[in-house]
Amino acid sequence: MRKLPRDISRQSGQAIGIAGQSALHDSAWLHVRGQARYIDDLLEPEGLLHAAVGHSEQAHARILSMDLSAVRAYPGVVAVITLADVPGHTDIGPVFPGDPVLASELVEHIGQPIFAVAATSHTAARKAARLAKVEYEPLHAVLSTQEALDKSFFVRPSHTQQRGDPDQALAAAPHRLKGEINVGGQEHFYLESQVAMVEPQEDGGMFVHTSSQHPSEVQKLVAEVLGLPIHAVQAEVRRMGGGFGGKETQAAALGCVAALLAHVTGKPIKYRLSRPDDMVQTGKRHDFFNTYDIGFDDQGLIQGADIMVAGRCGFSPDLSNAIVERAMFHSDNGYFLDQARVTGHCCKTHTVSNTAFRGFGGPQGMMVIEQAVDDIARHLQLDPLDVRKRNLYRPGRDITHYGQVIEQHILPELVAQLEASSDYRARREEITAFNKQNPILKRGLALTPVKFGISFTAKHLNQAGALVLIYTDGSLHVNHGGTEMGQGLYIKIAQVVAAAFQVDVDKVKVSATRTDKVPNTSPTAASSGSDLNGMAALDACEKIKVGLVAFAAEQYGCKPEQVRFENNQVVAGEERLDWAEFVQKAYMNRVSLSSSGFYATPRIHYDFATGRGHPFLYYANGAACSEVVLDTLTGEYRVLRTDILHDVGQSLNPDIDIGQIEGGFVQGMGWLTTEELVYNDKGRLMTTGPATYKIPAVSDTPPDLRVNLLAASPNREATVFRSKAVGEPPLMLGIAVWSAMRDAVASLTDYRYSPPLDTPATPERMLNAVNAARAWANTEQETV
Amino acid sequence: MIEFYLNGQSQKLDQTDPNLSILDWLRTKMRLNGTKEGCASGDCGACTVLLGSLDPQGEWQYAAMNSCIGLIGALHGKHLITVDALQREPAHPVQTAMVECNGSQCGFCTPGIVMSLVGLHQQVAAAGQHANAHQLMEALAGNLCRCTGYRPIIEAGARSIVDSVQQWDGSALFSPQPNAAFMAAREQSAVLQDEAGNSFTAPLSLAALRELLIAQPQARLVAGSTDLALEITQQLKSLPQLVSVEQVAELQQLEQDDENLTIGSALTYAQFGPLLNQNWPAFAPMLERLGSLQIRNRATLGGNIGNASPIGDMPPPLIALGAEVQLDSQNGIRWLALQDYFLDYKKTVLQPGEFIRAVRVPKPAANERLFIYKISKRLDDDISAVLAAFWLRLDGEKIEDCRLAYGGMAGIPKRALAAETALRGQTFDESAIAAAAAALSQDFKPMSDVRASATYRLEVAGNLLRRALYEHRAAPTGGAALTVTDYA
Repeated sequence: MRKLPRDISRQSGQAIGIAGQSALHDSAWLHVRGQARYIDDLLEPEGLLHAAVGHSEQAHARILSMDLSAVRAYPGVVAVITLADVPGHTDIGPVFPGDPVLASELVEHIGQPIFAVAATSHTAARKAARLAKVEYEPLHAVLSTQEALDKSFFVRPSHTQQRGDPDQALAAAPHRLKGEINVGGQEHFYLESQVAMVEPQEDGGMFVHTSSQHPSEVQKLVAEVLGLPIHAVQAEVRRMGGGFGGKETQAAALGCVAALLAHVTGKPIKYRLSRPDDMVQTGKRHDFFNTYDIGFDDQGLIQGADIMVAGRCGFSPDLSNAIVERAMFHSDNGYFLDQARVTGHCCKTHTVSNTAFRGFGGPQGMMVIEQAVDDIARHLQLDPLDVRKRNLYRPGRDITHYGQVIEQHILPELVAQLEASSDYRARREEITAFNKQNPILKRGLALTPVKFGISFTAKHLNQAGALVLIYTDGSLHVNHGGTEMGQGLYIKIAQVVAAAFQVDVDKVKVSATRTDKVPNTSPTAASSGSDLNGMAALDACEKIKVGLVAFAAEQYGCKPEQVRFENNQVVAGEERLDWAEFVQKAYMNRVSLSSSGFYATPRIHYDFATGRGHPFLYYANGAACSEVVLDTLTGEYRVLRTDILHDVGQSLNPDIDIGQIEGGFVQGMGWLTTEELVYNDKGRLMTTGPATYKIPAVSDTPPDLRVNLLAASPNREATVFRSKAVGEPPLMLGIAVWSAMRDAVASLTDYRYSPPLDTPATPERMLNAVNAARAWANTEQETV
Repeated sequence: MIEFYLNGQSQKLDQTDPNLSILDWLRTKMRLNGTKEGCASGDCGACTVLLGSLDPQGEWQYAAMNSCIGLIGALHGKHLITVDALQREPAHPVQTAMVECNGSQCGFCTPGIVMSLVGLHQQVAAAGQHANAHQLMEALAGNLCRCTGYRPIIEAGARSIVDSVQQWDGSALFSPQPNAAFMAAREQSAVLQDEAGNSFTAPLSLAALRELLIAQPQARLVAGSTDLALEITQQLKSLPQLVSVEQVAELQQLEQDDENLTIGSALTYAQFGPLLNQNWPAFAPMLERLGSLQIRNRATLGGNIGNASPIGDMPPPLIALGAEVQLDSQNGIRWLALQDYFLDYKKTVLQPGEFIRAVRVPKPAANERLFIYKISKRLDDDISAVLAAFWLRLDGEKIEDCRLAYGGMAGIPKRALAAETALRGQTFDESAIAAAAAALSQDFKPMSDVRASATYRLEVAGNLLRRALYEHRAAPTGGAALTVTDYA
C-alpha cells in the first residue's frame, strides 16, 4: 500500500499551509474525536419536536381517502399536516415544477410524502406516521426505461447534438458495430442521512440548519412554502456527513416539511430520515439505457457514431434535464467521434425522482463509448489501449459533437505516462499467458481515460460570492457560498486566503455557510466549489489589499509596487512589519479590513436549440489502469491493482486532491460492481439499507493502489492559482475496473469477443458474461 | 436495575425501556453525540463502541460492537467506552495517525473507525504486541466509509497498530477499578423494567432460565441482539418481554473430548471460532466474512440457529458435519440432528419454553474433508446468496459417504440428498461432480431475490462442487490459487 510523501509542496520562506501546499482538513481533529457537530448533534432547543412523514405505498395511484385519526391519536403526536396546511407555494421543484412538498390527490412513486407528523420523539413520529389509513385507486405505473421510451413518456423534451453527417459516415465506414448497455443507478449512501432542524424566529421567519449542498435553495423554498420573502429565512450549513450530489436538491424537502411543522406548532422541529426512509424517499443516480452505432476503419479509428442515452428520471424533472444533457456531453469521453449524433431522452417512470450524483450523468454517458471502444478492439483483435490512444482528441481531431474545440490536449501524454508507469505492456503479456494456463481464474487489465467538462451547464449558476474579514489581531475570517461535505473545500478556501495575504493558514477561519453572509449562492456541485468560491474569496482579498497597499505606500513612503506580502509579514519599501502589527496600524488609520468578493466564469455558452456551444471552461483529465481476477465458476472477482494518474492542474492541496481521487475511484468502482438497486415489479425499492445495498468496504480497495497527480500541468485557464476541479472526475476512473472485467471475460474467446456487461457487474452478471463468452466461442468453433 | 461503567464512570439504570438501543441511550439520554447513527442495522459501523468485560482474572477485555443494535440491558456488569472519552489530551495514537494520514473527509464514519482501531490497538498494546495486516483489515471490515476509499484509513491503522504500537498515556481509561458494590451487582441477575411494564431479564442459571420461560411464555430470547434488535430499529416493534441468555453460565461452556466439540449456545463467534477453526480449518475463511468483527463479538451460535434464517451461515456446515443440537426446557433435555431442527421458513421444532443449549460438532477423522464456500456480492460483511458446505469421507479417491448442505437455496438450510446419492460410492472426479451438480435441480427450487436469481443460485451451487474437486486435487501440493480471495 502506497504511502504519501510528506510536505513535498512547501518551499522555504513560505507561510505554512497556503494554497499549493498540503494542509490537513480543517476539521480533522474534530472528526477523530467525535467533536465535529452534524445537525443531529446540535444542542436541542427547548420544546423541540421531531418530524416524520407518511408516504405513498403505491407507485401510481389516486388517493381516494386518507384517514389520519390514528396518527393524530398516537401518544406524543402534536401536529399532523397535509398539503392543505401549506400557506405558500406547494411545489418545491428546483428548476421545473413537479415536486409537490406533500402529495394530495395523485401519488407518483412509492415513498412520496403525503402527510407530515410532529411528535415529541423521533421514534414516536416514525411510529405514528405508519398508522395512516390511505385508500388508493391504482393507476398504471410505468416502471422501466424501455416502456417510457416506447411511449415517449418523458419528463423533459428530448435533445440532439449533431456534428456533420453521421448517417453517411456510418454507411461509408469499413467496419460498423452496434451495441447497447444498461447502466445501473446508485444510492448516494452519505453516512449522515438527510436532516434539517428549523427554529421559528420572533418575526415569523425561520432559521434552518440544513445538511444541504444548496443552502440558498433551501432558504428560497422554505420562504416560498411559507409565503415569506426570502430575507425572512436564514439557512446554515456547517458540514454534511457526505453529499455526493444527494443533498443538492433532495435536502430542501426536509427543510420545507420541518418549516411547515414549525409554522403550525410554533416549536422548533428536527427532521431526520432513518436510513431506509432516506433510501426510499430520496433520489439516486439515474440508471441509463444507452445504444451505439459506430463506424471505424481497420485501425479502429472512429469515423462516425450515432449514440442514444436514455436516463430513467423517475416521476419529476428535478435536475434530470441537465443530467441527461451532461450524459450527452460525455458520450465521447476523451475520443474524437468525427461525424456524430447524440440523442438524449429524459424517461419518466413512477419511481423516486432521480437526482444529482457525482458526475451528474457524465459517467453514464461515458460508459457507452467505453463499451464501444472495447468492442471495436475485440472486433479488430487489437489491444483496447491502442484503440483508445488512437481515438483520443488531438490537434486536428479536436471538435466535440457539440462544437466545443478541445484546446488543451492533456490525455495523449497522460495516458502514455500511465501506460509506462503501470507497466501495461509487460503485464498484458503476463496476464495473457496466465489466462492460457488457468482454466478457472482469469485475469483482466484495462487502462481507461477520463475527460470531464468543468462548469455548470446552467450558465447562471457559474457565479459565486465570498466575504473576507480581517480582525485587529491579524486573524482572518472567510465565508463563501460553498458548502463542506468532506471534500476539503473549507481548507482550500482558507489556503487561498492565506496565500493572498501570505499568512499561515491557521490564521484563517472558515465558518459555516450562511445565506445571510453570502447571498444567492449556487449549489456546491459540478466540482465547482473551489473554482468558483476560491476565485470569489481571492477577489475579496484583492479588494482589501488595494486599500492595505495604498495605506502602506503612504505610511512608509514607498510606491504601491514596493509593497509585498510575504511569510506572515508586510514589506513596504525598507519597512518590514509583522502581519498582526500591520493590520493593527491599518485599523488605527481607518482602513477597511473587510470586503465581499464575486466571480463569474468567463467564456462559457451553449445554445440548447442548436445543440452547439462552449459549455465548459476547461476539462479535467485522468486515467486509471486496473487489474482484476475473475472466478469463472462463480463470477466472483477482486481488483488486484489500480494505477491512477490524474490532472488537477496546479493542485491547491495535493493531499486533499489525492483523497478526492482515491475516494472517487472507489465510489465509481462500487457503482459499477457491487452496488445494485433492486426494485420489485410494483416499483418498490427492495434494497433499502446497507444489509442489501453493498457499497465498497475496506477489502474492496485494491491492495495495490498507486495514485499520482500529473506533474507540471497548470490549468491554461485563469482559474484559482491555475488549479482544476477534482470532485467528480475521479469517479469515472472506476470504469477501468469494469473494462478490466470485460477483458478477463474476453480471454475466454481468445480476445475476439466480449459479451455485453450491464452494470453493476455483480458476480451473477459476471457469471452470465462468462457463459455468454463460452457460448460464443463454441458457436465460432462449430462454424469454423 | 442494571449497573455498568460508561467511560470510566459508574452508572445505574432503572425505569428505562429495555427496547432502547445503546446508541439511542447515548445520544438522546446522555447527550453524548460523538457516536453516530448511520444505519441502525449494524451494517455501517458508524456507531462502533467498545464493550469491556471482566475476565476471570479480573482484567477488562474489550471488544468492538455496534451500539445501534445493542440493547441497554446488555451493559449490565460491563464497561462501555465511546469516542467521547477520547476528546482530551493526549490524543490516542490511532487518532493522531488518522489525522496525519488524511483518514477523514466528511468525518461522519470517523468516530466508528477510530473506535474499531482503538479496539485493535488496545487488544495488542495490552499484550505488548503488534497487529498484523490481516487483523487490521478484519477490524475495519465492519466500518463503511463513503468518502476516502479506505486507503488512508488502512495507512493510519498500519502506522499506529501494525508497523509500530505506541502505548497511549491515557490508557487508565481502560482499567477502572470496580468497587465491591459493582462486583456484587455483577453477580446479580440483571432486570430492567420501565413504567409500561416492558422488561429485560438476564437469569444466571439454566434453572432460572427454564422458569422464566414458563412464567413469560411470550418472551423473546436474546443474546447479542444482532438480529433481534432489527425488529426494534427497523420494524419499529416494541418487544415487551426480553429474556437474555448472556449471563447463563451453562450456556457459555466450550468443551471438547476425543470425538466432539460442544459449543454452548450463548458463546459468540469470537469465543468459539478459534477452537472450531482449529478442528475444521475450512471454517476460518468463512467465519471472518460472517457479519463483521463488531457482529462476531456479540452474535452467538444459538442465535444463528435459533432465528432459523434460510441464509444463516453456520447451519449448512454444521449440518454437513452431522452436528447435533441440544434442546433444553422445564420438561428435560433432548438431542437431535441439526438438520431436523429446521421445519420450514423461520419454523423450527422448538417447543414453547424450549431453548437451544448447545451444539455438538464431531471432530474430523483422517479421511474426512470439509469444504465451505460463501458466495455474496461483496467480500466483507455481506449476507450469502449461496452458502455451500460439503463433508466427504474418502477411501482413496472413492467417496464413501458425503453430506452436502446449502444455505440460500431453500426456505431452510437444507441437504442436497439427490446430489449426495449421485456422489456416494463414486470416484471423486469430474463425472461424479457433473452428475451431482445435475441432481441439484431435484434438490432445490431456489428463489430469486435482491441477492441473486434462482438460476444463478442453482448454477453456482453446482459449480461449487467443481471447486471442491479442484481444491481436493490441489491440496497436497498447495498449487495455484483456486479462488479470487486466495489469489488476492
